[in-house]
Amino acid sequence: MQKSVTLKEPYPPGDFAIWLVIYVELITFGLMFLGYAYSRHADVALFNKSQLMLNQTSGFIDTLILITGSYFIVKAVNLVKTAKGKQMIVEANQKASKWMLASVLFGCLFLLNKILEFSDIFGQGISLDTNKFFMFYLLLTMFHFMHVTLGTIILFSIFRRTKASAYSAEDSRGIETGAVYWHLVDVLWIVLFPLIYIIR
Amino acid sequence: MKYSSQMVAKPYFIFALVLLAGEILFGLTMSVQYLYGDFLFPALPFNVLRMVHVNLLIVLLLFGFMGSTYYLIPEEAERELWSPLLAKITFWVFLVAGVLTILGYLFVPYAELTKLTMNDLWPTMGREFLEQPTITKIGIVLVVLSYLLNVTMTVIKGRKTTISIILLTGLFGLAFFFLFAFYFSDNMIMDKFMWWFVVHLWVEATWELILGALLAFVLVKLTGVDREHIDKWLYLIIAMTLIAGLAGTGHHFFYMGAPGYWLWIGSIASAAEPIPFFLMILFAFNMVKNRRIQDDNKIALTWAKGTAVVGFLGAGVWGFMHTLAPVNFYTHGTQLTAAHGHLSFFGAYVMIIFTMISYAMPILRGRPHGNCEKAQKVELTSFWLMVIGMIGLTLALTVAGVMQIEMQRLPDSAHAMAFMDAQDKISTVYLVRSLFGLMTFSGLIVYFYSFFVKEDKAVA
Repeated sequence: MQKSVTLKEPYPPGDFAIWLVIYVELITFGLMFLGYAYSRHADVALFNKSQLMLNQTSGFIDTLILITGSYFIVKAVNLVKTAKGKQMIVEANQKASKWMLASVLFGCLFLLNKILEFSDIFGQGISLDTNKFFMFYLLLTMFHFMHVTLGTIILFSIFRRTKASAYSAEDSRGIETGAVYWHLVDVLWIVLFPLIYIIR
Repeated sequence: MKYSSQMVAKPYFIFALVLLAGEILFGLTMSVQYLYGDFLFPALPFNVLRMVHVNLLIVLLLFGFMGSTYYLIPEEAERELWSPLLAKITFWVFLVAGVLTILGYLFVPYAELTKLTMNDLWPTMGREFLEQPTITKIGIVLVVLSYLLNVTMTVIKGRKTTISIILLTGLFGLAFFFLFAFYFSDNMIMDKFMWWFVVHLWVEATWELILGALLAFVLVKLTGVDREHIDKWLYLIIAMTLIAGLAGTGHHFFYMGAPGYWLWIGSIASAAEPIPFFLMILFAFNMVKNRRIQDDNKIALTWAKGTAVVGFLGAGVWGFMHTLAPVNFYTHGTQLTAAHGHLSFFGAYVMIIFTMISYAMPILRGRPHGNCEKAQKVELTSFWLMVIGMIGLTLALTVAGVMQIEMQRLPDSAHAMAFMDAQDKISTVYLVRSLFGLMTFSGLIVYFYSFFVKEDKAVA
């Protein structure tokens, strides 16, 4: 019997290992979000009162920074994914490197903004021990901060590879892997921001 | 054997197995004391046997890791060991120090031993797993440093592979975290923190790197799968191990006077701790499935798969059973902890040493294609005897733990059963545990016998 073979785009994009990481991250953050929801349910008044001490504008700026950074990466990925032929690959990578540099800068901007927010919070004498709301706030945002730090390092290494014209339509797995990780960081923040800063 | 200096691994392997036999024997004796409290009393009281039982475990694993490293590193670095002589000296120094310490535990009352070894000059004794006199601890540091020097110099001068780098990272971690054993605080909570920095960060972080590297080495050799493929798995496993393992230290800080946020950090991080163990199963079975060569040493591959599975069961499943803070509130310090301890140490660490021995020993004994089929069959019997014995023993201890929780922990203090009354009720389960312990020991005897099974001349 003859078998029909359909050629498909590699799915999911990026290295399979990054998807394992993503599942684990989603489970871990998911557990923390559930823990937050459960603890809030037990003491809504405390959570609402403490939430007012957070800087929502700063959180909103963080959101914009992350989403914009993600847009830059998508532009870079699209450029290299269509690049075929030596000349086109070099040109696409050079253009992509500019988008990547912009995304690295936005990553750094997020980190800087967060450091300012943390220093303000710590300046008020708030710590993990203050109350359950601030315990969750600090655990979640600091854990996310570590992810953005790692993500920015990954983006920087992709930036360097684009400078060396390393990606093409045939080999875009590395840049896609980094992009997928950055989108994870993005998605986590998009849930974290309303949950901790906004929802009352 | 590609490099003659790999031969130094042999005495390490042999002595590790001898210590394992001693460890199981002391364990069996204690299991009888659970049934007959005055068995061998006062010559060998329970507290002394327990100390010897757990100390032997640590020392045998260190010997096993050292032997494995001395075998692995020359092949990975593609050069002879930096100093085979130093490795031989280290072996004898460690052996003498280890034997003297164990004899000290057995024949000198512990309080007397503290005086004899001048513990008051630099107090470090009297803590579980870290009972060794300060002088022995200093000896361990010197032995580990000379071992690290030897291995590092070999790696520096030779080829660097992911396996050797990860192994070295684990070994440096092992050496570094042992230093916390030298800090003895009057503050009990601070003391516990330091104690866990040694115990937890050894077994649930740095040793896992060693385990991952050794498993990857054996799989590279026996399956012929591309290193690139194996390296990727290894990085993933190691990254998850370190993240979950380091933060997972928090599950030891429950209800001991540490701040309440550890209940959350410890619970969530330890929920992630089984993941690298699960990945190890996927790793081992995936590599075996995609193997490019059919090595004659089938039993070594069986051990490799076995360590991944039993390690996941013991460390992952049995660990997770009681690492969530609300559960741990009731289970802490019951036989459930002992169940987890037994299967995780056996599955993750004793079995990886068996894997290395089963792979390397035949080569060291001049059998490059592994032992003969008959010897491998005998070894397979020993594999199942030990694995079933340990799983049975763990299940029995789990039942004992659940009974303890039901009788002593769940009822309020007015209705909770007294400790010894509860022990009486559990005695049948303890008997079952002893029988499975005996089965494990018989497995080890069969394992020893497999070394002496001769090749069938007619077939050869």
